[in-house]
Amino acid sequence: MSVIVYIESEENKIKKASLEAVSYAKKISESLKKDLIAVSLNLTDFSILKNYGVDKLYNISDDKLKVFEVNIYSNNLSNLFNELEPEIIVITSSANSRYLGPILASKIDAAYMSNVASLPISYSPFSVKRSCFTNKAFNETSTKKSTVVLSLSSNSYGLHENKSNLILEEIKGIDSNSALKIDSLEKLTNKVTIADADIVVSGGRGLKGPENWHLIEDLAKVLGAATACSKPVSDMGWRPHSEHVGQTGKPVASNLYIAVGISGAIQHLAGVNSSKVKVVINNDPEAPFFRSADYGIVGDAFEVLPKLIEGLKAIK
Amino acid sequence: MNILVCISNVPDTTSKINFKNNDSEFDSNGVQYIINPNDEFGLTRAIWFQEKNNAEVTVLTVGDQTCEPILRKCLAIGANKAIRIDAVPKDGFFVASQISEICKINKYDLIICGRESIDYNGAMVGGILSNMINCPYVANCIGLSIDNKKATLEREIDGGKEVLSCELPVIIGSQKGLVEETDLIIPNMRGIMQARQKTLEVLPANSIKNLTDTNKFFKPQPKKEVKLVDSEDVNELINLLQNEAKVL
Ligand SMILES: Cc1cc2nc3c(=O)[nH]c(=O)nc-3n(C[C@H](O)[C@H](O)[C@H](O)COP(=O)(O)OP(=O)(O)OC[C@H]3O[C@@H](n4cnc5c(N)ncnc54)[C@H](O)[C@@H]3O)c2cc1C
Repeated sequence: MSVIVYIESEENKIKKASLEAVSYAKKISESLKKDLIAVSLNLTDFSILKNYGVDKLYNISDDKLKVFEVNIYSNNLSNLFNELEPEIIVITSSANSRYLGPILASKIDAAYMSNVASLPISYSPFSVKRSCFTNKAFNETSTKKSTVVLSLSSNSYGLHENKSNLILEEIKGIDSNSALKIDSLEKLTNKVTIADADIVVSGGRGLKGPENWHLIEDLAKVLGAATACSKPVSDMGWRPHSEHVGQTGKPVASNLYIAVGISGAIQHLAGVNSSKVKVVINNDPEAPFFRSADYGIVGDAFEVLPKLIEGLKAIK
Repeated sequence: MNILVCISNVPDTTSKINFKNNDSEFDSNGVQYIINPNDEFGLTRAIWFQEKNNAEVTVLTVGDQTCEPILRKCLAIGANKAIRIDAVPKDGFFVASQISEICKINKYDLIICGRESIDYNGAMVGGILSNMINCPYVANCIGLSIDNKKATLEREIDGGKEVLSCELPVIIGSQKGLVEETDLIIPNMRGIMQARQKTLEVLPANSIKNLTDTNKFFKPQPKKEVKLVDSEDVNELINLLQNEAKVL
């Protein structure tokens, strides 16, 4: 019986969200007085895991695992998990993890809980706090199953360093096939993604048109931030759908979310509310966003943004 | 072609979220229910296949009688028939188990679930169903075309998209992008009248038990008041973000 954390990596780089998952799983393993086991796929540089408390790492290497494919990944992981008989498996809440989680849980006959927002409240029965109603509330969910897969909401626990002596065990992948064939993969490599970003700069209808988006992009650039937008902005084609955040778009859980010319409709807020610090720039002091922001400037975006960009350039 | 669209009955996006009975239950008093938006994008795509390829579209929900208005709405939008599995959905595993029974009896070429429901946000029914009925699943689906028995699908990934293909049948997790907002169908009078004549079959639930229980609800902590900075003094904002919030 053990506690396992699944390490997500891309091109041999471990995702920051996975380090948060490791920190979280370490705390659980300490409470249960167990070693923390991590499982990675095709990783060659794992030194950083020693700083976050991984006691043992199983690294599965196989050419077939180079790109994420849900069936081959879940077959390999479930094969190992069936041997290790873990009680608790922690994964991140990235798009790929949320795709993998339910399938993996079903394969190993485990309960699955998404949007986990707290350490376990109790271990028998096992229960945690999860967000629901798109961040408008939380609930306590419990299970009597002996194995549970937890998808940890990003930025809900944080990174906690914890030194360990990592023991590595290299294993080979199993022979596995998928009914799904990946034909192509398009990925912007030079841009920070909304999912991975510490800071997200988001623009709404208040920016008047796509021709003004250089302001959002310049601000994002000085901050090393990802760019996002409100739903009407993507509906009108000012920005790609992939930037649409909110209840029906992507969720945002960054450290800092800067909303410019966004009114703060309930469906928008629902998707971005789990960001730690929210800043709003809007010329209407009555805009609802001011009620859920931490900092705000009542002002015209076209005047405030250039000054903000200059000011930030000066300190960077 | 036979299409099954799994529908979740959810509180309207603007609903005030309240709980009752010692915070153990959602308080539906005064709440308007809608078709889960992600499911509606999927239903809209299904109706497109109905018009182009003569597909037969069945909508299904696991829920009690209070879910029937949204099933009627799906029929008014154009679905051919509806199935309600008579049970209060306890968790995603329970719902997937119920749907899997139907999928074993009827053969569907395409099964559509929403990416996630906006009430419990589990994002798990499609994936669990996939393993239960051994059928491939594509989550976060933003594109689907079908040629003969072959499906080409687009999956939204962090920072891009992936194009996949497979033989039918396939399960997808639908979301915006699969169709546009402007493609959504508002039922007209004729649709509403026709919906009354269409079959809404009520089936008993199987005996599979849920794996998880929701015991208690909480509301988030009330927020502190926003700190306003003068628009002439943006450097003060930078200072606050750097030294107070410590996020820069
Ligand atoms: C089922 C459903 C799901 C939805 N899902 C989402 C979702 O996921 N995400 C989402 O974003 N929305 C969603 N919406 C839409 C949502 O209700 C709002 O319509 C939308 O968020 C408004 O976008 P906005 O703030 O950009 O535009 P508006 O509401 O038009 O706000 C524009 C703001 O810009 C300000 N402004 C104007 N000029 C300036 C200026 N010069 N400088 C500074 N500020 C200025 C205005 O004061 C105003 O507050 C959904 C709606 C429904 C019904």
